[in-house]
Amino acid sequence: MRMSISTENRPIVIASLFIVVILIAGTAYTLSTTGTAPLLSANYLLQQLQTGSFLGICAAGMMMVILLGHIDLSIPWTLTAAAMTATAVGGDLALPTALAVGVAVGLLNGFGVAYLRIPSMIFTLGVDTVLRGLMVAQTGGFAPQDKATPLMLFLAKDKIVGIPAAIVVWGVVSLIIMLVLARTGFGRSIYATGSRERAAYLSGIRTRSVIIGAFVASSLCAATAGVLLAGYSAKAYQGMGNAFLLPSIAAVVLGGTHILGGKGRYIGTLIGVILIVLLNSVLSIMQMPEAGRQIIYGSVIIGMLLVYGRNQRVTS
Amino acid sequence: MRMVSVKRGVSQNLGFAIAVLLLLALYLTYNMMHPRGFSSAVAIQNSNETVAIAFVAMAQTLPVLLGGLDLSVGAVMTLTNCVASEFLHGSPAQILLGMGLTLLTGTLFGLMNGCIVVYGRIQPIIATLATGAIAIGLALLIRPEPGGNVDGDLGWALTNSVWDFADTYGLAQGGDAWWLRPFADIPVPFLLVVFVAIVVWVPFRRSVTGRTVYAIGSAEGAAYMSGLPINRAKIAAFTLGGFLAACGGLYLAIQTSSGNADIQQAGAYTLNSIAAVVLGGTSLLGGTGGAIGSLVGAMILRVISFYFRILDIDPLLQPLIEGLVLLAAVSFGAFRTLRVKNQLDLFR
Repeated sequence: MRMSISTENRPIVIASLFIVVILIAGTAYTLSTTGTAPLLSANYLLQQLQTGSFLGICAAGMMMVILLGHIDLSIPWTLTAAAMTATAVGGDLALPTALAVGVAVGLLNGFGVAYLRIPSMIFTLGVDTVLRGLMVAQTGGFAPQDKATPLMLFLAKDKIVGIPAAIVVWGVVSLIIMLVLARTGFGRSIYATGSRERAAYLSGIRTRSVIIGAFVASSLCAATAGVLLAGYSAKAYQGMGNAFLLPSIAAVVLGGTHILGGKGRYIGTLIGVILIVLLNSVLSIMQMPEAGRQIIYGSVIIGMLLVYGRNQRVTS
Repeated sequence: MRMVSVKRGVSQNLGFAIAVLLLLALYLTYNMMHPRGFSSAVAIQNSNETVAIAFVAMAQTLPVLLGGLDLSVGAVMTLTNCVASEFLHGSPAQILLGMGLTLLTGTLFGLMNGCIVVYGRIQPIIATLATGAIAIGLALLIRPEPGGNVDGDLGWALTNSVWDFADTYGLAQGGDAWWLRPFADIPVPFLLVVFVAIVVWVPFRRSVTGRTVYAIGSAEGAAYMSGLPINRAKIAAFTLGGFLAACGGLYLAIQTSSGNADIQQAGAYTLNSIAAVVLGGTSLLGGTGGAIGSLVGAMILRVISFYFRILDIDPLLQPLIEGLVLLAAVSFGAFRTLRVKNQLDLFR
C-alpha cells in the first residue's frame, strides 16, 4: 500500500471516512425530502451522542475484555441489575451501590475465567442468566416501581455548560480507559496477556489479576451505563440491557480491536460507537422498518470488516 | 482387550459419558416423580419441546468443533421458521416442496456464512454476529407479524406418536399393523431428531471433510501442513450448521403452526445452544466433542426446565435456578485445573 497509514490505524481512518459518508448520505436524504439538514446541526448530534453514550460506556468496558481475547456476555443483566438495585436503594447510596454491584459481578466473572479457567463465553453467559434470575425473583418479573434518584436524573438528562451530562460521563470514562491502556502497567499487561498469556505469565505478569481487573472494569462500565439509562428513562425495567450486548461487541470490532485479543486502540472503539449511533439515527430518519435496519446493520459490519478486518491465512 | 478399548473410549469421551449419565438420572427421576411418568403422552410432550433446541445445538456444534462460534444459529432457525410458515400447506407435493425450500434456505445461509469466514477471512463469531442480524431482517421481511398457515394433518402427524402418524396418513393399516406395534408409542419428534443425527451427522463425522473439521479445531496449522482440505471443511461445517438450524426452524413451524420473527427468541436459542454444546462435552476451544453430545446437552437443559412443572417451585425462581444449574454444570470443567501438572498448561 502506498498510503502511509499503519495497519493499526487503518480501521480508524476507514471507519471515520464511513461516518462522513453516513452523514452526507443522511443529509442528502433529508435535503431531498424536507429540505432541511438536521444531521449537521450541533444540537441534533449532541442529542444523538447523548443516547449513544450508554452504548459507548458499555463498549469501553467490553473493549478491555476483548483485548484479553475474552468476551463479557453478562453485560445486559449487569447493567439491569445495577440499575434496579440503584433505584431500589435510592438516596445518596444509589450510585455507590450500583457500582458495588458492578465490582461484585466483575470479580465473579474474573474468578471464573482466571482461576477456574472456564471459557469466558460460557461463564459470563451463566452469570448473566443468574443475574436475570435474581432480578426476576426480586422484582416479580415486572418493572420495579422505584424511581431514579435526582443525581441519576441529572447525570442522564441535564447539561453541563451546554453539553449533556451523559456525554461528559462517557468522556470521563473514555479518558480513564485511554490513560489506563496507554500509560499504566495494567494497560500494557492487558495487551501482553491478550497477545499470549503464556509468555506474559513467564515474563512475570500476574495474568490472573489482569484478567480479573479487566472483567471488573467491564462490569463497572456496564453498571455505570445502567445508572445512566435508569436516569434517562427515570426508572429501571426488565431487559433494559438487552439492546447493548451485540452492538457493543460490534463497535469494538469495527474500531479495529482484534476479537482474539492483543491488538486495538481505544480511539477506534470510540469511532466504532459513533458509527453505529449515527447509522442508527440516519436509518430512523429514513423511517426504515426494523427488517431493513437489521439487514443494513449486518451488511455494514460484514462490509467494513471485509475492507480491513481480514485475518492472516493460517499456513504453518 | 475389549475392556481396555471400552475404558479408553470412556476416558476420551468423559464429558459425553457424564452428560449421558446425568441425562439418564435426571430423566428417570423426572418420570418417577411425574404422576403420569413413563407414559407415551409425557414422552411426546417432552420430545416436542426439545426438538428445536436439539437441532440448533447440533447446528452450533460444527462451528465450535472448528474452534469458532456461530452466533447466527438462532437467527437462521427463526428465518427458516418464517419461511416454513409461508409454504407448508396445499397438496402433499407442495408441502414437500415447501420443506425442501425451507431446508435449502438454511443450507444456503450456512453456505454464505462459510464463504464469508473462509474467503472473507473474518472471525466466525463476528461474521455470524452480522449475518445473524441479516437473517433476522429477512425473517421480519417475510413475516412482519407472527402467524402462518401450516397443514394441520402434518402438524398432528409429526408431533405425536408413531401410531398417530400412521393413522393420519393411513399407513400400515391405519397404524394397527402387527409389525408397527412395538414402535407405536414412540414419539415421532424423537425419531426425527435421531434420524437426522444418524443420517446426516454420523456419515459426516466419518468423512474426510468431517475429520478435517476436528483436525482444524485441534491445530489448524498442522491440518494445513498435512494437506487436509481446510477450506472445504470449514465451508461444509457452516453449511451443515445452516441445514441443521433449518431442521429446527422447520420443526418449530410444524409444531406451532406459525412463524415468528422474534429477535429475543433467536438470541435465547443461540445462547442456549452454546450452553447445550458445552454440557454435551464439546470443548469451546475446538477439536473434541460431537453433535450427539450436544443433542444430549440440549435434552439436559430441557429436562431441568421440566422439573419446574412437577416440583412446587415458585415460577419466579425458575430463571435463577436454571442459571445456577448452568453455572454449576460448566464450573465442573474447573476440575481440569486440579489435574494439570504443569502450571503453564493452564495458559494458552
